[in-house]
Amino acid sequence: MIEQIREEARRRFAELGYPTTHDEEWRFTSVAPIARTEFSPTAAPLSAQPVRAGFTIAKLSQSPVEPYLARYANFRDNAFVALNTANFEDGLFIHIAKGVIVEEPIEITIESRANGHPTVSHPRILIVAEAGSQATIVERYRGNAGAYFTNPVTELIAGDNAVVDHYKLQTDGANAFHVSTLQVQLGRDTNFRSHALCFGGALVRNDVNAVLSEGSECTLNGLYLVGGTQHIDNHTAIDHAKPHAASHELYKGILEDHSSAVFNGKIFVRKDAQKTDAKQTNKNLVLSEDAVINTKPELQILADDVRCTHGATIGQLDPEGIFYLQSRGIGLADARNLLVYAFARDIIDRVKVPSLRDQLEKLLLEKLHAAHRN
Amino acid sequence: MSLLEIKNLHANVAGREILKGINLSVDAGEVHAIMGPNGSGKSTLAQVLSGRDLYQVTAGEVLYDGKILLDMAPEDRARDGIFMAFQYPVEIPGVSNLYFLKAALNAARKHRGEPDLDAMDFFALVREKMALMEMDESLLNRAVNTGFSGGEKKRNEIFQMAVLEPRLAILDETDSGLDIDALKVVANGVNALRSPERAMIVVTHYQRLLNYIVPDYVHVLAEGRIVKSGGKELALELEESGYAEMVEAV
Repeated sequence: MIEQIREEARRRFAELGYPTTHDEEWRFTSVAPIARTEFSPTAAPLSAQPVRAGFTIAKLSQSPVEPYLARYANFRDNAFVALNTANFEDGLFIHIAKGVIVEEPIEITIESRANGHPTVSHPRILIVAEAGSQATIVERYRGNAGAYFTNPVTELIAGDNAVVDHYKLQTDGANAFHVSTLQVQLGRDTNFRSHALCFGGALVRNDVNAVLSEGSECTLNGLYLVGGTQHIDNHTAIDHAKPHAASHELYKGILEDHSSAVFNGKIFVRKDAQKTDAKQTNKNLVLSEDAVINTKPELQILADDVRCTHGATIGQLDPEGIFYLQSRGIGLADARNLLVYAFARDIIDRVKVPSLRDQLEKLLLEKLHAAHRN
Repeated sequence: MSLLEIKNLHANVAGREILKGINLSVDAGEVHAIMGPNGSGKSTLAQVLSGRDLYQVTAGEVLYDGKILLDMAPEDRARDGIFMAFQYPVEIPGVSNLYFLKAALNAARKHRGEPDLDAMDFFALVREKMALMEMDESLLNRAVNTGFSGGEKKRNEIFQMAVLEPRLAILDETDSGLDIDALKVVANGVNALRSPERAMIVVTHYQRLLNYIVPDYVHVLAEGRIVKSGGKELALELEESGYAEMVEAV
């Protein structure tokens, strides 16, 4: 069965090919550098902590994944999902049994490398949190300075009344390509929070898609900090398929140097999804005149008794604020860093894994200091 | 030698001359009030002294403790003991008052070659000064000035001044927009900081503040120049006759 799906995905990718900027979904992100590179396939090692009571981490190939795998992430329309589905070597299956509460975060690390010749890998993760369970999953993507392409797909299925926190920390090397999809299916009254934290790579595209059920609560947090000539594109899609669900989305971006970023947030409210409460916000801090941001909300509302709001801002550091800090003895560079940090602060404060929050603060400061040295 | 010596100071904003030759010397221990109508250049003078780069100094010089003030970066002026209470304190979302104060205080201590204040001593100092300003401790964990009322912002300025213990304090229209109760609290805070080592320049439009902060000297600023100087009685004279008469009489 899986083999059939993979074969279909292979065919589908052959038909679709890599998207171009004529494709609305890829208008501001050219994947030509990926399309024209000859990558050798490699399996980026996925590592995760050992099995504990109540939950399982196993290889996909050795797990009963048939009911879930490739049932949610759309390989028929998304070329990169098709590419992954056709080509993933093996992957991780994380299963949290019904009613089990996993206190410690489940850590997954994906380490990519290329030495001399460009490499590609298609990490695949399937997370199933059964009804009433609770878990925190951390995916960390990193690698060396080589020209590698990481094309991960994660499917996350959360049962009724489950509580799941998903973190993705992306700190790929300076020459990396990274195109990912996180596909989320939420049950009734499920509470899901995603935190997309993006720092690394040369060309990065992240899709986060969530389908909500009745009473689901879905929070999507995002932070991206780009400099140099980095390009990052975050697409999110929240599907309010059923009534009484809430979604809160806050993505914040910091752009320096010649970097560019895209934010596209789709919210669908289906016809019978009454009492939907959806809020989307994208805020960008542009620290250089040469940086470019494209931000676009896309709301499609078919129900009539809903509350949907969206807003996007693009701003610079407030010179009055900088002077105020200076006038109290805080040096110019520190004043700027403090204001940038303050901008990112509400996203950082939402990170509930202490080790991750510490790392995040460190990354932010390192990147800010690097920018000032330029 | 005076703590502050301003000689023939001229300054422009956006090509327009605002200060047209200010001369003023301020000694340690003195409180000088600078009064004047709107647009006379009072706030410009305060901002030039604190280092705001919106203003270009075109002539004259300012010596602070014998140093050429105008060559110093704003943060160096602050570390060296100059404090300006802003007419419009700036909101800094995401930075807590506590963190901000600690960074400011330790920057000045580092400049003086002193170690960072430890957490206990810092907190004791902050509590003492908050009590002085009748401020609620919850303000410490709130973002700097963010969502504060006008009165809370002005109190927060004087609170910062109390913690930082400057040698030269410049109060830029700290009284405007305050009700009488808030004005008294602010004035008490300022008076508690009066000392033989510290000088203050109180910039104000209204005589009312000077009932509570009694100055040693009063200067009237009009059209970018000090047109009259005198003792505290000058403020009362102004209250009676108004600026127009005094400015015209010059």
